[in-house]
Amino acid sequence: MAHLTPTPVLEPGQDRTMILNMGPQHPSTHGVLRVLLEIDGETVVRLMPDIGYLHTGIEKTCEAKFYQQVVPLTDRIDYLCPLTNNLCYVLAVEKLLGLEIPPKAQWLRVLLNELTRINSHLVWLGTHAMDIGALTVFLYCFREREEVLKMFEMVSGQRMMTSYFRVGGIALEPPLGFFDRVRDFAGYFPERVDEYENLLTGNPIWMMRTKGVARLTAEDAVALGATGPTLRGSGVDIDLRRDMPYSSYEKFQFKVPVSQEGDVFARYMCRVQELRESVAIVRQALDGMPEGPIKADAPGIVLPDREKMKTQMESLIYHFKIITEGFAVPAGEVYQAVESPRGEMGYYIVSDGTAKPYRVHMRSACFANLQTLATMCEGHLLADVVAAIGSIDIVLGEIDR
Amino acid sequence: MPVAPAITDLEQLKNHPAIVRLLGWKDSAIQGVKFDREEMTIYVDRSDIREACALLRENPGCPFNFLSDVTCVDWYPSEPRFEVVYHLLSIPRKERVRLKVRLNSSSPTVDSITSVWPGADYFEREVYDLFGVRFAGHPHLRRILMPEDWEGHPLRKDYPVEGYR
Repeated sequence: MAHLTPTPVLEPGQDRTMILNMGPQHPSTHGVLRVLLEIDGETVVRLMPDIGYLHTGIEKTCEAKFYQQVVPLTDRIDYLCPLTNNLCYVLAVEKLLGLEIPPKAQWLRVLLNELTRINSHLVWLGTHAMDIGALTVFLYCFREREEVLKMFEMVSGQRMMTSYFRVGGIALEPPLGFFDRVRDFAGYFPERVDEYENLLTGNPIWMMRTKGVARLTAEDAVALGATGPTLRGSGVDIDLRRDMPYSSYEKFQFKVPVSQEGDVFARYMCRVQELRESVAIVRQALDGMPEGPIKADAPGIVLPDREKMKTQMESLIYHFKIITEGFAVPAGEVYQAVESPRGEMGYYIVSDGTAKPYRVHMRSACFANLQTLATMCEGHLLADVVAAIGSIDIVLGEIDR
Repeated sequence: MPVAPAITDLEQLKNHPAIVRLLGWKDSAIQGVKFDREEMTIYVDRSDIREACALLRENPGCPFNFLSDVTCVDWYPSEPRFEVVYHLLSIPRKERVRLKVRLNSSSPTVDSITSVWPGADYFEREVYDLFGVRFAGHPHLRRILMPEDWEGHPLRKDYPVEGYR
């Protein structure tokens, strides 16, 4: 919220231009993004995003919570991929603790993360297409998204704010019938992606609105800190799941879609291909799901089973201690990054040896990706700004934190 | 817990590509190192940070060409109070390195690295906004998340969690 009173200086000879305010209450800004545009007729001369309307000080709040109490806060950063944020946070704390996570928990985490990616990309596809004027796609995407949300509700009891991962494993064993439901979904979902592609990929109007629009070169994308499909759409081949694997991703086979053109259409193609790859990973996770516990063997850190608490004194004591005083984490610092649907989601956690984090910093993908917007839009048409904003897939909750 | 103790001896770590490059530039470039939990941290003097980033960005063999993150830690009330933390990533070699600059509370100012990576813009503004650390040479160092007329810097440790009432 830097520019409450925007007065970009108009130099002599530039009196042709005018300032146009877009947002923060604008349907195509996906939340409360405000964009200030200096326009010359229909051409954008200068563009300034104005953010901070959703700033809630989550990083400060984290410093006042126990490590296990931060997990529900991480959901609220990015409401479209809560499980990715859960995962990134617990991985960082587990790295600080040096905890080994049982294979079944790791595979479940991968499975749920890919479902999250599908969920997030479906919302992106629906709203992005709606921004550009293809209303039908939205209804189809939300039909499948509803099914994913129901699966989240099945495992965690919540549709969106799942808080399902714990430091040391996973909160609960997935209920009976969950895997069948996921398998069912993974069976028919590729056809549904064909359906979306039938509506958009070869559609002449869609191509006119997206091909060659809001171009971003590979050099600019790297220099501006873009990650995820925004970077891969410009031809830079990096995906943290494949290149710096975490949570057993090295055991899965998948392709990383890359497009060279760097325009809105290229980013669209990257994400649509990712939908297919995510289903492939979900299927592999289902087929190879290992047996065993879902929580690490760390009594002072992982909450004991309810059943054991009724029969074993130690479990009761550990439970009481973890809830009332948390668990101490050895002093140190880690930076853990995961590939969220939007790019590199990173948690930088500093511990001073107590039960509360000394500092939690969230490196959000959208925050950096948003910086590319000016490069994409300046010198181009005003109508394409909406397409560009949609193509970087912003979530303001994550930008403002 | 199986966490190996941190290595802080420069001799043992001098084969790391970032350390080789910085020592090749000048001996005094590195103030300290720490290798902890598979992560490399290099302490750099505040007058060297921009040059160090530029060198690592073009480092032959292992260019740390991507700036992942810039943030800050407040160690109030000890001095040096602020630690500005830079996370660099080498896209070709898939390796990370963390640079740190320590700042005293009397002059919390460090050179901006926006001339090396334009993407540092938002990150530095965020650190300025929430910690009050200034970045010399930043093109428009203004608040980014808090309202422009906000008083104080919320992520400082002497700023109460509930805010001032």
